[in-house]
Amino acid sequence: MLKYLFAKNEDIPAGSAAIFWGFSSIVWFVIGTGLGSFNAAKLAFPDFVTGNEMFAFGHMRQVHVHAVIFGWISMAFGMAMMYITPALGNTKLWSEKLGIWNAFLWNVGLSLGLTLLWIGMTSGREYSDFPWFIDLYIAVFMAVPLAINVWMTVLTRRTQGIYTTNWFFAAGVFMVAIVFIVGNLPEWFHLTGLTEAYLTWWFAHNVLGLWITPVAAAIAYYTIPKVTGNPLYSHRIGHLHFWSVVVFYSTPAAHHLMSAPLPEWLKSFASVEGVLILVPAIAFVSNIMLTMQGKWNMFVENLEVRFTITGVLLAIPLNMQGGFQQTRAINWYVHGTGWIVAHAHLALLGFSTFLEGAAVYLGLQTLMKRKLYSLTLGNMHFWMLLIGFSIYWTSMTIAGLIQGAGKIYEVPYIDVVIAEHPYMIARWLGGTMVFISNVIWLYNMWMTAREGTVVPAGRLPHEIAYER
Amino acid sequence: MAFREYKVGARMFGFSLGTSMCITLLFPSFDIAASVSTDVALDKQLSAGWDAGFQLKDPLLLGWNKPLKVLVKNDPVTNQPLAEPIYAYVYKPGTSMPNGATHTDSLGEGVKQLSIEQGKVKEAKEASGAVFLINKSGKLPYMENASATRGWTPGDVLKGVADEDISHVGAGKTMFVREGCWWCHTLLPEQTQDWQVFGAPPMLGDFNGESPTAFGSDRKGPDLLHVGSRNASREWMMLHFFNPRLVQPHSIMPRFDYLWGDKDASGQKIDFDKWRAEYNDYREGKNPSPPDVPVPAKDSEARKLIDFILSLK
Ligand code: HEC
Ligand code: HEM
Repeated sequence: MLKYLFAKNEDIPAGSAAIFWGFSSIVWFVIGTGLGSFNAAKLAFPDFVTGNEMFAFGHMRQVHVHAVIFGWISMAFGMAMMYITPALGNTKLWSEKLGIWNAFLWNVGLSLGLTLLWIGMTSGREYSDFPWFIDLYIAVFMAVPLAINVWMTVLTRRTQGIYTTNWFFAAGVFMVAIVFIVGNLPEWFHLTGLTEAYLTWWFAHNVLGLWITPVAAAIAYYTIPKVTGNPLYSHRIGHLHFWSVVVFYSTPAAHHLMSAPLPEWLKSFASVEGVLILVPAIAFVSNIMLTMQGKWNMFVENLEVRFTITGVLLAIPLNMQGGFQQTRAINWYVHGTGWIVAHAHLALLGFSTFLEGAAVYLGLQTLMKRKLYSLTLGNMHFWMLLIGFSIYWTSMTIAGLIQGAGKIYEVPYIDVVIAEHPYMIARWLGGTMVFISNVIWLYNMWMTAREGTVVPAGRLPHEIAYER
Repeated sequence: MAFREYKVGARMFGFSLGTSMCITLLFPSFDIAASVSTDVALDKQLSAGWDAGFQLKDPLLLGWNKPLKVLVKNDPVTNQPLAEPIYAYVYKPGTSMPNGATHTDSLGEGVKQLSIEQGKVKEAKEASGAVFLINKSGKLPYMENASATRGWTPGDVLKGVADEDISHVGAGKTMFVREGCWWCHTLLPEQTQDWQVFGAPPMLGDFNGESPTAFGSDRKGPDLLHVGSRNASREWMMLHFFNPRLVQPHSIMPRFDYLWGDKDASGQKIDFDKWRAEYNDYREGKNPSPPDVPVPAKDSEARKLIDFILSLK
């Protein structure tokens, strides 16, 4: 891959950038979940690797979060954009070379940023923990080049209309740039106090709501029609989804700070808008479900469809939780407990990861023109991911409910810690399963690249999934 | 842009996102900007200094560029005992000034004017350092630059004070941020039910000038905003940070023994391996009592962290 950094754009085979992004994302996935599992072990067994600053929980937790969000999820998005955007515009990627440089600089920047976070260089702001010069790097060398490539590809398309997925991609890269720049204002200009606290959560909310959620959903709009052959059920509902994301998802940031002395009107407003998140959610889920009509057998038979639909189905509990847990009636009970950790993993490890998984599986096979090395390993990956995640989610949800009860009945905190302990161990086991499944995935994809059966011209990998 | 719809759409998009930003950023900013510093906020920002997260003057979060919070008993100029001891915030020359002194607007209406006119905060200069006080004589508290109003220089103030009266609160907050205590502890009791156990939730105006606020979002341990009022024992904190399981066998809090550095208060080298071996014997019941915890050295990170935690009243 690196040899293409200095090649002429015309000499770079189409799809190289996407492959680079795709493999990087899998590697970050392995690293990120490995770190997650390590952290979980520390919470279950506090004397596991101890007395060493570099391996302290407080130094590792943010590295996990940033490795999975910026490494796995965002690079998988990058991969999806590199091949889906041109495919839907019936054109080539605007610049393969920019795409490859972008992935390269992304990996370099992220490695540097994570190392600095690891040694403790942090701004102390959750989700925008990177010090400001790393933020600047992210904006200039990571976010903007991606946005340019996607936008130019959409603008140079050879179709008349723009398909739903590409609206989301184009809007996503634009919105994430805005969110990034505005959300880091406290670091650019040293804003302090409540402004800093609020902007921290404004950023955290919007990076999820205007980047991860819509872009992940956009992937389903591509993979399902592409693999099943059914046209999208309704473009109108797609419109509804898109516009309600822009209007409703961009506003409820204050629901993360229901206990802070923010203006009451803002908290109430955020709560109401937060419930309206159900509008895009329902639009999205129903649209994809209805697109599946007549092809539900593929949910069982086809790996990519199974990944996508699982992700879409997980969006239902996700948005039910998301919509209601931030109302005052419920938030006071679950705020700051393991419930929220479970919810965060339902969003990122459940919903979004499964969708990205589908995009990476589909993309790598299509672009490398090779059939998956082993469908069995693929199935194993799927089930271990799903079961591991379910264990994680269930155990943390229970732990969260215990914590919530402990909070309102004013149980001495240590009793809560004791009661949570079995669930901490369960979470670690579930998470470790996820980690192992990713190692399997990396192996499977690597072998696909080296030894996968070559897909004959004119055919698609999923069509020959069961042929020997 | 082939279709007219896309032009309309692009405008609608700009309009929606713009409106959303107005409502979620612009409008709240008026409310937030109207908040007036309380004495709590003044204490926090004066003791923490310019920033407790990453900054160019403390890139590795080692607690540099931080003021000292000092209990002053004698007037540093005349050396006469003061009627009542007061806390002074000592910014040695070269230390960045607190936010309220450089961005007086952040103090809020009233406090801002008092701090400028009576407190002379604008005269505080980084090059010569300054000593600040919180003046609570009137209705509103304000920030007083004692170097200008009373002629107290950082050197004079520090000359006569005992080490017990010096708190490294600012450096300690940096340790708090760097060590990720806020991943497990919040600094924000909830408005709904935490009053009894964790104390009162903070008020509007309690944060002006603080950065980062490090509220935390996830609790795996108790809220710490008022921990110093629940437990003011330096000894307990020392044991607990060295190994939480010495005082709380079921705790999942990590050990922070590495914050002790190499040497203890008496200059002896700390032998961590030996300590752990003895501790393990104790856990297995081979020893009736755990080994003694070394007292942290005066300039150790552990001491700074404990100073900060005990300042959370
Ligand atoms: C892995 C999560 C975790 C981390 C990280 C952590 N703590 Fe704790 N902390 C706990 C738990 C659990 C308790 C309750 C049990 C106990 O007393 O040890 C606790 C208790 C405390 C207490 C006693 C609170 C009280 O109400 O008496 C203090 C003080 C404290 N921690 C300070 C800190 C500081 C300072 C740091 C950072 C250097 C830190 N903690 C990091 C989990 C954590
Ligand atoms: C793609 C996969 C994953 C994503 C996107 C992800 C994302 C996140 C996020 C966003 C948080 C912060 C949660 C919050 O503050 O509420 C977090 C915390 C955490 N994650 Fe993950 N995670 C993933 C996989 C895993 C795995 C496999 C494990 C292994 C057990 C794991 C263990 C943890 C732990 C222990 C924490 C700290 C939770 C706490 O503070 O209580 N994660 N993760």
